[in-house]
Amino acid sequence: MGMTFAEKVLARAAGLEKVGPGQIVTVRPDHLLTHDNTAAIIGKIEEDLQTYGVVRPDLPIIVLDHVVPAANEKTATGHAKIREFVRRFRLENFYDVGTGVCHQVVVEKGHALPGRILVGSDSHTCSYGAVNAFSTGIDRTEAASLMLTGETWLRVPHTIKITLTGELTWPVSAKDLVLTIIGDLSASGANYAAVEFHGDVAGLSLDERFTVANMGVEMGAKIAVFPFDDVTEAYLTDAGIDASTYEPVWADADAEYVLEREYDLSEVEPVIAAPHKVDNVKPVSELAGMPFQQALLGTCTNGRLSDLQAVARVLDGNRVADGVRLLVLPASRDVLEAALEDGTLAELVASGALVLPTGCGPCLGAHQGVLAPGEKCLSTANRNFKGRMGCKEAEIYLVSPETLAASALKGVLADPRSAV
Amino acid sequence: MRVWKYGDDVNTDMLFPGKYTYTCSTPEEILPHLLEDLDPEFSGSAKPGDIIIAGKNFGCGSSREQPVVGLKTVGIAAVVAEGFARIFYRAAINQGLVLIEAPEAVRAYRDGDDVALDVEGGTITIDGNEFSFPPLPAEILAIRDAGGLLPYAREKLERGDS
Repeated sequence: MGMTFAEKVLARAAGLEKVGPGQIVTVRPDHLLTHDNTAAIIGKIEEDLQTYGVVRPDLPIIVLDHVVPAANEKTATGHAKIREFVRRFRLENFYDVGTGVCHQVVVEKGHALPGRILVGSDSHTCSYGAVNAFSTGIDRTEAASLMLTGETWLRVPHTIKITLTGELTWPVSAKDLVLTIIGDLSASGANYAAVEFHGDVAGLSLDERFTVANMGVEMGAKIAVFPFDDVTEAYLTDAGIDASTYEPVWADADAEYVLEREYDLSEVEPVIAAPHKVDNVKPVSELAGMPFQQALLGTCTNGRLSDLQAVARVLDGNRVADGVRLLVLPASRDVLEAALEDGTLAELVASGALVLPTGCGPCLGAHQGVLAPGEKCLSTANRNFKGRMGCKEAEIYLVSPETLAASALKGVLADPRSAV
Repeated sequence: MRVWKYGDDVNTDMLFPGKYTYTCSTPEEILPHLLEDLDPEFSGSAKPGDIIIAGKNFGCGSSREQPVVGLKTVGIAAVVAEGFARIFYRAAINQGLVLIEAPEAVRAYRDGDDVALDVEGGTITIDGNEFSFPPLPAEILAIRDAGGLLPYAREKLERGDS
């Protein structure tokens, strides 16, 4: 019996010939991602840091993105404490306010590579499966321990195989695909599991793979991973990464899976995740005509250049409807610069968009774009939990950028196929 | 001892709202907001020894340690659920909060049933019916026995084997 992607990566990392689901292995991850929560993490180990220091200056990747620029004295003090920590231990991978959302930055800067292991104190660390990395979320205390020791334990997951066939048809996009899968498998359907994507993945751009892998955690997955192919290689080459520096990994043909599913991409429809659970997925057509007040384009799920371009394409120079607040957060400075250069941002602003700083912004309700009781928000983010955007009497609906744009034009939820 | 009963997919935003994550990290700061958007009664009324019984996928959503620290500070004896989300599960191990995956026990529980818990013995009794749950793997018990992940890490660092 062959091995899955997760089994191969973890066996190699643990120095073992073979591992199986349920086995616990000790590994030394290639990188540890932390963000604004770094302040709380180092607060747990002040004395230990004096004695032992940080285990490796290239282990942590620290990105300030969750509340940026600082919203108040407390968050500003946290940021200042993190900058001091970075200086003191000469940490090599620090990205200050304005660089971008951590997951976007990790991939853009070439820290997530095929076959590598990354852990992060943020649940959407699973995003790097887009580039064939093994990456998963942990908590703050584990991040603190890793800063000191560089090692942690992982339980070898069982694996779910999802085979894709055909191609998505514009304006249906990767967000519709991943929401459809989550709706089918449920918010706990992949708990503790690895999810591998097989089949016709070549037609999915790296941005699209990122969107899909990013939401793996919304079905409980430990990792959600794509194979390495020409698309991955071209992306990494563009990012200045030499192919000799990484070793892609993929499952054996006779690997064992606990569940196998197939999706015909040409049959995927525009869908929406209604409050207050991500697996509450319905066709957009079922709720079409629903009024809303705010539209949020951005976050680690859908804030990339192709997402901004898709919205500009659907808006096609028209202004958004009166009463709709269209907020745009480019996922990174690189995305912002590219959208400035190719004119996408000017188009969005001309259509009435309010551009916010690159970062997580309104997604977690800590600042910016907070909702009022009774308001509805269409969002390209990944969570629609009650209270998520700062108000428990507000409603969040998750959609694709294309559905968001078509709806912003009409002022009510609209199927993007009716707008293009 | 009181049982607090909740349903499926209780996420970390319900256990501790995201808007407080970068301004509250000490137990004193966390407690007033614990379970704020799930059960406003909980924070003021929960007592040491109380038990939470919940459905599938407890603790899903963001990596958020505050609810684990909060429940541990309150003195919750255990969260018994049909299942847990993995980051929450790891956070609980790291803080020494007892989580018990016992789907049959959860499904057997009715409001007002007597509940008795034997963590070391691996059993939970609901209204006189005993359900067993498997012990934690040895690697995980070692973390718990050390008093949590950081004490465990410090022991290893002191021994020089990390």
